[in-house]
Amino acid sequence: MNFAVLQFPGSNCDQDVVHVLKNVLGHSARLLWHKENSLGDADAVIVPGGFSYGDYLRTGAIARFSPVMAAVTEFAAKGGLVLGICNGFQILCEAGLLPGALIRNRSLQFRCENVYLKTLTRNSPFTRSVPEDKLIRIPVAHGEGCYFADAATISGLKANSQILWQYVNAEGQATEMANPNGSIENIAGVCNRARNVAGLMPHPERASESILGGVDGRLIFQSILEK
Amino acid sequence: MSDPAITPQLVQKHNLTPEEYEKLKGILGREPSYTELGIFSVMWSEHCSYKNSRPLLKTFPTRSSKILVGAGEENAGIIDIGGGLAIAFKIESHNHPSAVEPFQGAATGVGGIIRDIFTMGARPICSMDSLRFGPITPLPHEASTLTPERRQAMANNRRLFSGVVAGIAHYGNCFGIPTVGGEVYFDRSYEGNPLVNAFCLGVLRHEQIARGRASGVGNPVFYVGPATGRDGLAGAAFASQDLTDESAEQQRGAVQVGDPFMEKLVCEACLELLATGAVAGIQDMGAAGLTCSTCETASRAGTGIEIELDKVPQRAPNMTSYEIMLSESQERMLIIVKKGREEEVKRIFDKWDLPWAEIGQVTDTGRMVVRHGGKVVADIPARKLADESPIYQRESREPAYIAEVRKFTLAGVPEMTDPVGALKHLLAWPTIASKNWVYRQYDHMVRDGTALAPGSDATVLRIKEDALPVLSAELAASGAGKFEGERYIALAVDCNAAYVYLDPYEGSKIAVAEAARNLACTGATPLGVTDNLNFGNPLKPDIFWQLKESVRGLGEACRAFNAPVTGGNVSLYNQSPDGPIDPTPTVAMVGAIEKPEHITAQWFHTEGDAILLLGEPVDSKDPLLGLGGSAYLHVMHGLKTGTPPRCDLEIEKELHLALRALICSGSIKSAHDCSEGGLAAAIAESCISRQEARETPRPIGATIDLSGLEARRLDALLFGESQARVVISTARNDAVKVLERAKLLGVPAMRLGTVGGADLIIKSAGAEYKWPIMDLYKAWWNAIPDAMRD
Repeated sequence: MNFAVLQFPGSNCDQDVVHVLKNVLGHSARLLWHKENSLGDADAVIVPGGFSYGDYLRTGAIARFSPVMAAVTEFAAKGGLVLGICNGFQILCEAGLLPGALIRNRSLQFRCENVYLKTLTRNSPFTRSVPEDKLIRIPVAHGEGCYFADAATISGLKANSQILWQYVNAEGQATEMANPNGSIENIAGVCNRARNVAGLMPHPERASESILGGVDGRLIFQSILEK
Repeated sequence: MSDPAITPQLVQKHNLTPEEYEKLKGILGREPSYTELGIFSVMWSEHCSYKNSRPLLKTFPTRSSKILVGAGEENAGIIDIGGGLAIAFKIESHNHPSAVEPFQGAATGVGGIIRDIFTMGARPICSMDSLRFGPITPLPHEASTLTPERRQAMANNRRLFSGVVAGIAHYGNCFGIPTVGGEVYFDRSYEGNPLVNAFCLGVLRHEQIARGRASGVGNPVFYVGPATGRDGLAGAAFASQDLTDESAEQQRGAVQVGDPFMEKLVCEACLELLATGAVAGIQDMGAAGLTCSTCETASRAGTGIEIELDKVPQRAPNMTSYEIMLSESQERMLIIVKKGREEEVKRIFDKWDLPWAEIGQVTDTGRMVVRHGGKVVADIPARKLADESPIYQRESREPAYIAEVRKFTLAGVPEMTDPVGALKHLLAWPTIASKNWVYRQYDHMVRDGTALAPGSDATVLRIKEDALPVLSAELAASGAGKFEGERYIALAVDCNAAYVYLDPYEGSKIAVAEAARNLACTGATPLGVTDNLNFGNPLKPDIFWQLKESVRGLGEACRAFNAPVTGGNVSLYNQSPDGPIDPTPTVAMVGAIEKPEHITAQWFHTEGDAILLLGEPVDSKDPLLGLGGSAYLHVMHGLKTGTPPRCDLEIEKELHLALRALICSGSIKSAHDCSEGGLAAAIAESCISRQEARETPRPIGATIDLSGLEARRLDALLFGESQARVVISTARNDAVKVLERAKLLGVPAMRLGTVGGADLIIKSAGAEYKWPIMDLYKAWWNAIPDAMRD
């Protein structure tokens, strides 16, 4: 599979994603500079983490205007797979490709630690390879990862099974203690109505090699790769 | 605006002595201009010139077969790590700015040291920070009698701590470099004068080393990065004087403002540019900004340099030449470009949307010439300015307190009545307590290289291909830059300054030995050291004595561990009106790990595993049995005195060799050294430090039997800080074999007990003490978060 990994000024997880897709999973992945107008022959797009444009104004607020985002919007409209990770999730929300917004962590501090995720539905190209009842152990690293949306949006997300992942404890319960940022309903990641665009705050590319402490993150990439 | 007249008062305000001013006039052969006075003032500050410390620094071991760029040659030292790869690393202080404005002070400290690394052509891959603050909580015996003044002081210490950590997190996280650890100590001596020492490490191929040299007469000089403003005016000079309330208030403008996003772009653009081969020399504008970068690059190359200040991008209107030359605005670089290849520079910096300007050229005059508004505002011999600062052999005298320290005996220390309470108090003392509140604010995982995260003895990084700077087309074609496989390095930063205060020579040896021991615990062999000497005012003979003794100890220990000093930083004048800080020679050591399977963490793993001690349980030759300068005396008795533990470098070396050999044999499941809090704290930390995920600790109990040991004092046995000891665990069936091998390797070894259960149980002769393991975990894990919630 051919992946395009977007590169904005200030992206800093771009190389990590390419590393995992290429060197760990053996697929083709290339960096795509934000000034590009075309995605080329990409089969899927990853919007990686970082601090695009220094997160000035608001996270993702400037990146959404980059030329490459017009191509991503078009690609998504045609059903192409797009996954946003961390800052990438924030950018996709700002671009209107995903519902809701990510605001400052309730602790008002950056948080970098491992969390557990429960996959709420396997009915998506991003979750279909996750085994039933499997909790995913994966790192978060963000200052603005508190998922927020109005009540109507949240009930719409629920009704359409758009909440893909929730923060849970080691027993699989979505408790307040398990939530690293104060997200509504412990939401860690969502997808759009058409289920081809998804975003999550945790970093699957940091949990794909045993030397880094775990490989659960691969399940998310493998879901995309499964046909 | 006309320049002020040069009066003796103005010279004094620039921290130049009358003798230094005469020397300056001798160099110029005339009176200086105001701009020149400013230039000399910053270049001859301690921060830039090491004028009070250089003779001492020369005694450090700086050579080994692996050193590619040695101490003092360039902006950072470089060490060969095999496979055609090398690492560049350095530590630098940002103490005074952090005292005045903790967030920006610390943030720009991080930014400055990152620039020192990519200036060498290396890609920065991790950073660490060594921090010191005044106490953030009262000691157990102070709690009930805390005065409003002390409460206020502690609140201020917490404010500084919180601001510094947030500033480091802000800069590192946004730049995209993992902040993989460090150390934090809390002590009264740092009240009003916190220490912020920032370390950065980068990797590169041997062929990619860049030089800070203005070579090639006629080559154009480029300025890249954001415009110059009035921020950080003469920060280097500010850092080289005592800190008072008044100076802090006046100097708030000397603190720079950092923009990590800009630095990320500048770093990527510079690495891309270096790969083109169009660069003749490169240097960051750090301390003393444009002044330092121009005269140092010319001095190193033996050339001259001419710059035109009208061409320097400026953020504020009507900046004077004095201001432009002394500004420490951040994220700026000076690049000497090979003539005819200017377009490549412009193309790359335009791609990254970065400002650039051609501001001058390299000359053959040996002079640094600065023009502004059509006039020459400075014309100084570059080498004399950069490298021929005054050098002082300061007077040194043993401080009076040392005699008192030597007189101290344990006779006046009552026997311990409550060991159970004491261990809990020690684990909850912020200096020993878990630093999770700190490192969870740092992105310590970005770049997919963190193989052992903060929270163990040392951090381990793996170096993969994308950690390296962009390869030039030429190198790629020749095949010379071929990546030969992942490498593993370990890093630790250490300094128990209480020991150094009590005996600067012995304490400094311990700082090095502890760093080496921490590396050995993860399976690493030392490669080199960068040190940050934080001391008080060197003009005071007792302070200079501390510095001299400390450097003697550091040098001796670095030689013993074959860890040459590759560079570092000297920060003097760390005194507040209450007095000097404890002398704090921070030691950051980097080591190599051969194979990933050798990477070892500090925590116990499995029920039934055997717990062993490598090293003598108590140093019987030490009359204070390891209690001198200990955390136990400080926390439980309010004492900071007594001769610190002895550091026998031969014994340490044998211990580290044996430990590495045992780790390589594959039979060691955990290793943790005994430091603050002694044997009991080391065992407890091995029980409680394993963390699966957020709010998911994996503590495990242990049963320890010390009843066979002859113990003159129980407090010394449990909490004494004798050196050269490591607590390890092995599979039950391996224990006998490991004990025998250790003895064959010449290291004392004994079985301490067994991993398992929900309690830590320690049996001594005639008594048994028991702690529910979750109690210890909570005391240790929550101490700092709880303090910071107040």
